[in-house]
Amino acid sequence: MSLSLVVISILLLFFKGLNFGVDFKGGTLIELRADDKNINVTSLRQSFSKMNIGDFNVKKFGNENDYLIKIEKKDTSTNAIEVIKKKLRLSVGNSFNFRRVENVGPKVSAELLKSGIIAIALSLVAMLFYIWIRFEWQFSLGAILALFHDVIITLGLFSLLNLEINLSIVAAVLTIVGYSMNDTVVIYDRVRENLKKFSDIKIFELTNISINETLSRTIITSVTTLLALVSIYLFGGEILKGFSLAMIMGVIFGTYSSIYIANPVLVKLRVSQKTILKEDSE
Amino acid sequence: MLYFSKLRIVLVFLVSLFFIFIASSNLQNSEDSFISKKINLGLDLQGGSYLLLEIDNGPVKTQKLQNTTTLIRNFFKNKKIKFNDLRIVDNKIIFIVAKNNQELVKEFFLDKESEINPYYNQYKSHQFDLSIEDDKFTLVLSKYGLIEIKTSSQDQAIEIVRRRVDEVGTNEPNILKRGNNRILVELPGLDDPMRIKSLLGKTANLTFRFVTQNNNDTFGTEMLSFEDGATEVMVSKRIILNGENLLDAQPQMNNQTNETVVSFTLDRVGAKRFGKATSAGIGKQLAIVLDGKIVSAPVIRDTIASGNGQISGNFTFQSATDLALLLRSGALPAPLSIIEERTVGPDLGKDSIKAGVIALMIGFLLVIFFMLIKYKIFGLIANVTLLVNLFFLIGILTLFEATLTLPGIAGIILTVGMAVDANVLIFERIKEECKKEKNNIIAFDSGYVKSKTAIIDANITTLIAAIILFFMGSGPIKGFSVTLGVGIFTTLFSVYFIARMFTGLYVVKNKEKDKLI
Repeated sequence: MSLSLVVISILLLFFKGLNFGVDFKGGTLIELRADDKNINVTSLRQSFSKMNIGDFNVKKFGNENDYLIKIEKKDTSTNAIEVIKKKLRLSVGNSFNFRRVENVGPKVSAELLKSGIIAIALSLVAMLFYIWIRFEWQFSLGAILALFHDVIITLGLFSLLNLEINLSIVAAVLTIVGYSMNDTVVIYDRVRENLKKFSDIKIFELTNISINETLSRTIITSVTTLLALVSIYLFGGEILKGFSLAMIMGVIFGTYSSIYIANPVLVKLRVSQKTILKEDSE
Repeated sequence: MLYFSKLRIVLVFLVSLFFIFIASSNLQNSEDSFISKKINLGLDLQGGSYLLLEIDNGPVKTQKLQNTTTLIRNFFKNKKIKFNDLRIVDNKIIFIVAKNNQELVKEFFLDKESEINPYYNQYKSHQFDLSIEDDKFTLVLSKYGLIEIKTSSQDQAIEIVRRRVDEVGTNEPNILKRGNNRILVELPGLDDPMRIKSLLGKTANLTFRFVTQNNNDTFGTEMLSFEDGATEVMVSKRIILNGENLLDAQPQMNNQTNETVVSFTLDRVGAKRFGKATSAGIGKQLAIVLDGKIVSAPVIRDTIASGNGQISGNFTFQSATDLALLLRSGALPAPLSIIEERTVGPDLGKDSIKAGVIALMIGFLLVIFFMLIKYKIFGLIANVTLLVNLFFLIGILTLFEATLTLPGIAGIILTVGMAVDANVLIFERIKEECKKEKNNIIAFDSGYVKSKTAIIDANITTLIAAIILFFMGSGPIKGFSVTLGVGIFTTLFSVYFIARMFTGLYVVKNKEKDKLI
């Protein structure tokens, strides 16, 4: 099942792609609050389409009279925002204000995307290395496969649901990497301990025992983390919605993958007491 | 062993109290409170503007090439060296020197004391790289020559930017270098950066030059248009005065014409030159050129020797004020462009803080209830630990005067969710140990010992993610990585010092009890 989910996610990422926000695509984002009931998505859309600013997108943003406007054109001339504001005043009146404006030039967005990808790649490599040092390469391979699984499925879901990818999503993905690793490591730690203790049990059963022994911890920690995240999602405001949603998905998949991916890999790789003892004698 | 000396208990208690005290200093408004340290709010929480400026070094490079070309020409003339075809092509200076002089010329450029091609000791490189093909010499700016140009224009630009921002008088601006050709400007509390943007967008290169009719001017001429863009006149390239000679500039009302003007005062050198030029040029038109556009071109009626003058040119009071400000703060060495802008209004910032605090409280309560139901008395211990942990985290952020951002608040909430993990790991382990071991104290002790590696490994992985985020992330995201990273340390501290102490005291008291946990 995991494999098919990963394949579907990769296909989605490949064909549908990700919905990159202003951070990574460049352009202008305006969060607008209207004090006038006559200002709505339709009237805003009409006024913006008259401005000749290329592709844009208007949608409601959380609150009843908050709107988010995204303009694709990368116009970083000094008065671009001012011009938009003036034109908007002419068509919908004065009763609105810009609560937030983000204007990202093409150069900066390309750099942000690059550094985001580097950060995620770097964290995966760092985790791989850490597990390799602390355990054995078989463990490190299992852990990294589990991580790939979590990251790719989370991104795949973002692609499927057409959710926006911005800087905070990168932060979320990195935290997911840390969290999922955290889960995996706790189980691995137990596997190692049990490997030292029992020499006659098959690795398949051994991982099962280890998973069961740590299961209640895995579930409790996931629950408390999810409680905190759900609270951010529901009460933390619109800006944190994407971030907390990504984290919620990541925690769920991270927990799943620690049990159903990271450990079966150990079984496949025929990890045994020898692997561990070799490590000790070195 | 689960024994704690009185001293240790008192110490832990005092440390906790200290952090609670520091954390609570954020709630006080008074400046004169005992600890005046406070968490800084990021721009996304207090509102404000973030501008990333990029310096366009093209004009500076061109200028450098032109200056060097002039330098070479004069130098060769002085040394009486014959040369041919000296010109700039594709950012390269090329010229032709006869074979018999080549060794000598080469020496001029590659000598460490070279006057025309400075040698940078720190980089072990000249400003220009020289290559010779037959009799053709080619000079290209070296890698370090380019760096030198960039850093020096960045140094100058940041100074000018600082002056301009200071003149506008915003609240505690933050102006920093980024890379070697960018400047970051953070303006807390500013919700409409329009004026600053337009001030920073202008180079403010001011020159006074004569309007001429004949294009045989020895310095060359160029056609320049007025600010309205409609009319064009021919202007000499000879610069009589430039902005550097200005001591002061102020907006003023001209009483006779009832017009807003910018009056200026020149320094001594400037006043002398201005006097000379105005006495020689009575009846001529003097063009006042700002960034390649003519502001106005008045006819000189009299010699102006005082060093005081006025610039008129259809100003409103605001535009005169801005021009005076630009002239006072000086010209930028190169044009700046704004490549990234993020502005958050103050009311959105307030809403974000409110939402963040509500989410934190609800998240905290949910976790507390869950732990209480799951672990009863040990849940209570974990909860007290969590609360103290929260104070530690906020206290440390306060001590270091860290910047709290909205993602940073999310990081705190996330820490609340993940911090109980260490306690859960320990408690679960103790449960297992209790099944095997009859003696409660030994079971507890080995529970702590055996869960240690898992806890450390698990926290280091999160720490690695936080460190990478800190170095790769920008602005708000950095705030997230800070709270997440600091949260790991406070969690470990509170779990091993506070929770352990409480569980220890409880277990010692109830050592005979069955099914403790």
